Amino acid sequence: MTPILSLKNISKNFGTGANTVQAVRDVSFDVIPGECLAVVGESGSGKTTLANMILGVFGQSAGEILFDGQPLPDRRTLVHRKAIQLVQQNPLSSLNPKRSVGASVRLGLDVYGIGNKADRWSLVEHALEEVGLPADFRKRAPASLSGGQRQRVAIARALACQSQLVVLDEPTSSLDVLVQARVLRLLNDLRRDKGLSYVFITHDLSVVRNVADRVAVFKSGQLVECAPTREMFEAPKQAYTRQLIGAVPVVAPQELRLRDRLANKETL
Amino acid sequence: MSNVLNIRDLRLRFRGYTGVTEVLHGISLNIRAGERVALVGESGSGKSVTARIVLGILQELGSAQIEGGLEFAGQDLNKLSRRQWHDLRGTEMSMIFQDPTSSLNPVFTIATQFTEVLRRRDARLPKLAARERAAELLNSVSIHDHDRVLNSYPFQLSGGMNQRVVIAMALANRPSLLIADEPGTALDVTVQAQTLKLMHDLVEEAGTAVLFISHNLGVVREFADRVYVIYRGRIVETGPTAAIFENPGHAYTRALMAAVPRITGGGIPEIDDVDTAFLDPIVTHDGGGL
Amino acid sequence: MKRTLFILLRNPLSLLGLILVLLVIILAVFADFIAPFPHHRGAVIDFVYFNKGPTGRNIFGSDLVGRDIFTRIIYGYRISLILGVVVLAISAPIGTMVGLLAGYLGGKFEFVLMRLTDVFLSIPPLVLAIAMMGVLEPTLMNAMLAVTVMWWPWYARLVYNIARSEREEGYVLAAEVIGASTFHITFREILPNCLPAIITKMTLDMGFVIIIVSSLSFLGLGVQPPTPDLGSMVAEGARYLPDSWWLTVFPGLAILLAVFGFNLIGDALREIFGADQ
Repeated sequence: MTPILSLKNISKNFGTGANTVQAVRDVSFDVIPGECLAVVGESGSGKTTLANMILGVFGQSAGEILFDGQPLPDRRTLVHRKAIQLVQQNPLSSLNPKRSVGASVRLGLDVYGIGNKADRWSLVEHALEEVGLPADFRKRAPASLSGGQRQRVAIARALACQSQLVVLDEPTSSLDVLVQARVLRLLNDLRRDKGLSYVFITHDLSVVRNVADRVAVFKSGQLVECAPTREMFEAPKQAYTRQLIGAVPVVAPQELRLRDRLANKETL
Repeated sequence: MSNVLNIRDLRLRFRGYTGVTEVLHGISLNIRAGERVALVGESGSGKSVTARIVLGILQELGSAQIEGGLEFAGQDLNKLSRRQWHDLRGTEMSMIFQDPTSSLNPVFTIATQFTEVLRRRDARLPKLAARERAAELLNSVSIHDHDRVLNSYPFQLSGGMNQRVVIAMALANRPSLLIADEPGTALDVTVQAQTLKLMHDLVEEAGTAVLFISHNLGVVREFADRVYVIYRGRIVETGPTAAIFENPGHAYTRALMAAVPRITGGGIPEIDDVDTAFLDPIVTHDGGGL
Repeated sequence: MKRTLFILLRNPLSLLGLILVLLVIILAVFADFIAPFPHHRGAVIDFVYFNKGPTGRNIFGSDLVGRDIFTRIIYGYRISLILGVVVLAISAPIGTMVGLLAGYLGGKFEFVLMRLTDVFLSIPPLVLAIAMMGVLEPTLMNAMLAVTVMWWPWYARLVYNIARSEREEGYVLAAEVIGASTFHITFREILPNCLPAIITKMTLDMGFVIIIVSSLSFLGLGVQPPTPDLGSMVAEGARYLPDSWWLTVFPGLAILLAVFGFNLIGDALREIFGADQ
């Protein structure tokens, strides 16, 4: 099966000469259609830079990105843009405070010319309902919504245009834990129902364990480990991965045992 | 053992153009000397405003109306003048915030900021003596590169380094109460874990009481002796940490615990983020506060 | 709306500002009905009542050719408001566009546009206006032109700053990722976020435009007689201080009250638009 997204030897440098920063170094991985690939790393790992390259915010310094087998150019066309969408971390800033919720969701429909103008509002309402919000929310201002509701609007915006790949950059990190559970469930359900593929960027390993099919761990711009989720959590190969797992704050006693066992594997 | 902090039936109301809104509906909590107490709740629960009331900074807002008992080390805070309350801040009670880098003034060096903090206790402390004391404090938070750090500006240091600096400053004047509002949330997980361990050791050594505010139960479990769970301006459960985690009584506490995805797997928990059972009366475990 | 009223009314200063501004507007708009001697706004000579202090007939006194000062102040307000509105209606949009493009596009656009703006900003406003008027004929139209030319850079600078910071916000990234056009992003996404600051500034500027035009007229470079202008009135009367004090004091007070009122309202507007989070 052709991977829906394929990164081949991607590198990105910023700055020149002595001040060059290698944000991403020779990274390669694939995303299989319909899967959720988690991209895990701390600050400075290069995960945001990777996301920006996938989304076409800027181009790579070296290497190729393929979508559905076709290389993606630096200057993306609308067809490419329609195929890959983004859900950001901060629900406060990702919606224009001066535009209604509906206007924000509708943007993609207008840009890609989906449906005719009369239909678009009903498409917006449909998208809002799919994420569990009432259709009349389209008239509301973002400031009047809670964090969880705003994030669902952002998800509706990403899905309104029938894209195939969604990049989610820490989509629930700013949300309260109860709301996070609800939004994660929504994301899972939508992915299954629509056959979407996710590149799910996060630093939260407990979320990763429960949403991702495969995990790619990054440190300092390099891919450290990439494995199916279960395998990675039961038998992490790299020391850095163990360190990350060891740092997760846990709640249940059985988790504590597992976490410490995984983190201390080297000393056992 | 006496109480460092004793809050009795605290109510907070805000006057706005829609009328009066009550945000805290009668909170009671206490912290004994040297105890580490956690106040756990989600955003909008009222946990941060409670901290600001204790410090006396919420009162600056003209639209805030506050009622209830506030006692700090035997003193009735309600009877203090602005000036007296101000004198307590930074000396007997101090606070650290979520984002360490933005808690520090970007235009002053670390050394200058330390001096300012130390002079709260001793207004005539000479600069050299302050610098020496600052170096000692940096040692206690495992920063040994004193000169470099003291001469730096906050933006030149990493988030983790700034967090340790902020902790050192907060404990510099040996306060009897440290309020920590979601410390380390802005940091990477591994750094956060180290920071919390550091804080734990420091307050244990100095015998400082801590009010630890958080939305993350996992973090709280490793740090606190006792826990208060707050939901929409009401305390819904309280007790020793072990008791709460082993046997959560209140529907909201159970929801909070169930909602955190497990690293053992099992999928995303199916819980509702709103439930009428969350408004049930308080559940208290023995061995808790008064 | 309810919140707007709450903010306007609870602060005594903003209430005062609102009253003053409404007063000025009402006087200007209904001048023909309120002024006791409407024809005194033109060229009229009345030696019977000339140069008299405040009386029952002329509540602010009469000027050197016998015209009622109160009447001329009211018509002076009308001229000032018209000037203010026209100047701002032209300079604000031009400055806004320059600032938006420079702020969002960055790069060469930013460099060229903002350096151009800097050139204009580096010349003291009044000096620029006087220089222009020195070249052009001193008429009302030309005075408006001069003030407009010197005014737009301030809007460019204001909007540039806001656009530059809004450019980093999530919603701009979202629009870029979706592939929205530059036109859409600058005018439909970023501009609405600049409007509160622009409108607040325009309100405050009404007061400043009045002062600048009055200054030009004071120097004889603005409005020409017999058209009433508050600044000219102050200028003419200055020579006769302190004897015929009413010639200067009342027009001066009129300028003061108008500018003061607009300033107070500007502050209130800033608060009204301030919080949308």
